[in-house]
Amino acid sequence: MAAPETSTAAVPSLYTNNALRNAFGGVLSFFILLLIGVMAFSIRLFSVIKYESVIHEFDPYFNYRVTQFLAKNGIYEFWNWFDDRTWYPLGRVIGGTVYPGLTLTAGTIWWLLNSLNIPLSVETVCVFTAPIFSALASWATFLLTKEVKGTGAGLTAAALLAMVPSYISRSVAGSYDNEAVAIFALIFTFYLYIKTLNTGSLFYATLNSIAYFYMVCSWGGYTFIINLIPMHVLLCIVTGRFSSRLYIAYAPLVVLGTLLAALVPVVGFNAVMTSEHFASFLVFIILHVVAFVYYIKGILSPKMFKVAVTLVVSVGLAVCCAVIAVLIALVASSPTKGWSGRSLSLLDPTYASKYIPIIASVSEHQPPTWPSYFMDINVLAFLVPAGIVACFSPLSDSSSFVVLYIATSVYFSGVMVRLMLVFAPAACITSGIALSQSFDVFTRSIKFQLPGISSNTEVDAAETSSATAEAQNDAVKTEKSEETSKNRPSKKSKKKEKEEKPSTKAKAEKRLIALPLDSSVISLLLLILLGAFYVVHCVWAAAEAYSAPSIVLTSHSHDGLHVFDDFREAYAWLRHNTDVDDKVASWWDYGYQTTAMANRTVIVDNNTWNNTHIATVGTAMSSPEKAAWEIFHSLDVKYVLVVFGGLVGYPSDDINKFLWMVRIGGGVFPHIKEPDYLRDGQYRIDSQATPTMLNCLMYKLSYYRFVETDGKGFDRVRQTEIGKKYFKLTHFEEVFTTHHWMVRIYKLKPPKNRIRGKTKKSKSKTSSASSRAKRSGMGKKNPWH
Amino acid sequence: MAREKSSKDNAQALFHSLRSAYAATPVNLKIIDLYVGFAVFTALIQVVYMASVGSFPFNSFLSGVLSCVGTAVLAVCLRIQVNKENKEFKDLPPERAFADFVLCNLVLHLVIMNFLG
Repeated sequence: MAAPETSTAAVPSLYTNNALRNAFGGVLSFFILLLIGVMAFSIRLFSVIKYESVIHEFDPYFNYRVTQFLAKNGIYEFWNWFDDRTWYPLGRVIGGTVYPGLTLTAGTIWWLLNSLNIPLSVETVCVFTAPIFSALASWATFLLTKEVKGTGAGLTAAALLAMVPSYISRSVAGSYDNEAVAIFALIFTFYLYIKTLNTGSLFYATLNSIAYFYMVCSWGGYTFIINLIPMHVLLCIVTGRFSSRLYIAYAPLVVLGTLLAALVPVVGFNAVMTSEHFASFLVFIILHVVAFVYYIKGILSPKMFKVAVTLVVSVGLAVCCAVIAVLIALVASSPTKGWSGRSLSLLDPTYASKYIPIIASVSEHQPPTWPSYFMDINVLAFLVPAGIVACFSPLSDSSSFVVLYIATSVYFSGVMVRLMLVFAPAACITSGIALSQSFDVFTRSIKFQLPGISSNTEVDAAETSSATAEAQNDAVKTEKSEETSKNRPSKKSKKKEKEEKPSTKAKAEKRLIALPLDSSVISLLLLILLGAFYVVHCVWAAAEAYSAPSIVLTSHSHDGLHVFDDFREAYAWLRHNTDVDDKVASWWDYGYQTTAMANRTVIVDNNTWNNTHIATVGTAMSSPEKAAWEIFHSLDVKYVLVVFGGLVGYPSDDINKFLWMVRIGGGVFPHIKEPDYLRDGQYRIDSQATPTMLNCLMYKLSYYRFVETDGKGFDRVRQTEIGKKYFKLTHFEEVFTTHHWMVRIYKLKPPKNRIRGKTKKSKSKTSSASSRAKRSGMGKKNPWH
Repeated sequence: MAREKSSKDNAQALFHSLRSAYAATPVNLKIIDLYVGFAVFTALIQVVYMASVGSFPFNSFLSGVLSCVGTAVLAVCLRIQVNKENKEFKDLPPERAFADFVLCNLVLHLVIMNFLG
């Protein structure tokens, strides 16, 4: 493409040629970015096509309900909202305990569209918020990687992020959760930080603080930013890269960022009082000390500076020790050393299972298995090490930041599966750098060695990047060594490359590597094949693995497609057949969905902020019928909802979660002991189960009349026949069971009006018999007294 | 004795050289330094007041102290960018540096006013 331009132009000055090429490159990258955005949006639409435009899972239903409230009542009502339909009888201060970023974003989009007379419903806006922001996140990745390594790496990284399965899993259309917006905010904040670091402009520092504010609004994971950036500043200081740009990048961020974080009601004063933020203050002080030292060094002569150092060190050290002693005493006085439970479980992975069973029971908080790395980032797992090496040649402030980011995020992703999401952008950035560098080397080798192009060597030499030749060779070698396992031709080319080391044609200042032509072509084709594998895997993962809305289930059988819509059926029944003020008790997983879809008050929900309340419900589920009835009656519960998968083989039902109910309940009420429910350490529900297990409420509510379905009571999930088959319920009555028996709703029977023969005193006053019996019935076996 | 005297001499010599070196800085930078000193002094007064009277309401204390610290930090950034000896910023016109300074201060004080309570 370059050859005809140079030959046809009359005076081919280097400048116009370059400018034309740059302009063409700019337009091309703009269109590529547009296409990447479209791809990021469309790959997340599988669930809308396969099922319908519906909100998925559990947490998004809460966010959806909050957004509905915001859309209906406006922002002042939202800030001051006290929700009495959940955590009955405690309620929840929504304004102060929710991260408002996501709901405010979706609310703003809805309001904007409606004021432009585009009447989209709140649900549609909520469902499609995540794909839109994933397109924005890939553009932010382009900007970030462009600051680190250049436009080519930026485009590659953006394309990788648009499709990486780990990010798709949390941002499909319908997954209306905090991460949908937060990952965009994370990458954008990092981009602005790197931009400020590279340019030293206070304007970008201001923008950085505002982007950090948006991140604090959106997600609890903002503590990652406020700990990673100080770590990077410390790294720069220690490796001798202190400069005034570093000061401008970091110091305003700390002050403005802390203030802005304190503005968000969820964080409030935690921004200055919890250990998660102490690192930023410590590094702030260290930065000022270092800056002062550099300033003094600049204005004094070297001899005087030595004198100053000795004087200051002797005095300053004493003061420092005193201050640090005070600080350590303050921090050590709190039992968790100032950290919150979730952060502590990140630092010490065994903490949660020992002290806080609720955090340990969430499946997202478990450590990931090795195959999940390959599933979630696929080919990038091979490219990341190459990218890290490429970051070191040359090492700049921004590339050291990328290396630090990926090192810390790899560690945290190993602790908790949910944090693979934070690891994914880092993996895409480094892989993009690696891929683009190797493409650079290969295409340049091809260009140098095609016949008739030797006249262009001058032009090309002027345009080459400043990366040193050997380092590129190393990057290429690591790239090749990963591919030798693929096939033989690359092994041959590796040997050839060793023989023909730096064979160059360019100017003497820059020694460029030109690899042999055939190996470059083959390697280029192999890299493209690698990319093709990645694309195929990502599309498969998006279509098959991560697009299930989990509120609607499907299964294929010889009859065709079966759709299990039991959850919505049950919530609709509740909505239409119960009073508005009726309270529904279930395990906390279903709280958000019940309040959002059935519009009934629940006892506990997914927020899990009150462990004792959840333990109360857990104890009730683990107790025999009468004790459970009393617990529920004291909480004004009218209906109990259980999820049962035994008829159809749905594995995530309440019987499978039952042991967690026992553990959490037993953590607060010591009369519930887990060994009582296990036979020889094994959890069983068949005839060998313990009597405590066979008499507990969860067993009875799940398997009531189950034997009528097939005559034998065969549980398809546990793959056994149940132990107790024929029994009656004394304190509950069944009011609704869905089509596939997946959700079962029971009503509490009102207390008996007359009790025969129990208390002889009440025969004289029949009117007070009911109240007396109720009192005596409740006072007798109340498990709390 | 001799060591103490020499250290005392050293301290005095240090003090003199610091003073003379600082006197050589241009006037506009000295004005900025004065402003920084004033902001830090105000912050110290607020901390002493909080220590004596109590920290309620905490958000007012926080916003007051952080506004002082914030303007001090921003003024130091301005000084860095305006300093002619700083080779990294020789392409930056001082008017642009001042405009950035004003913008950042605006954002800072908007947040402070919101948080003051």
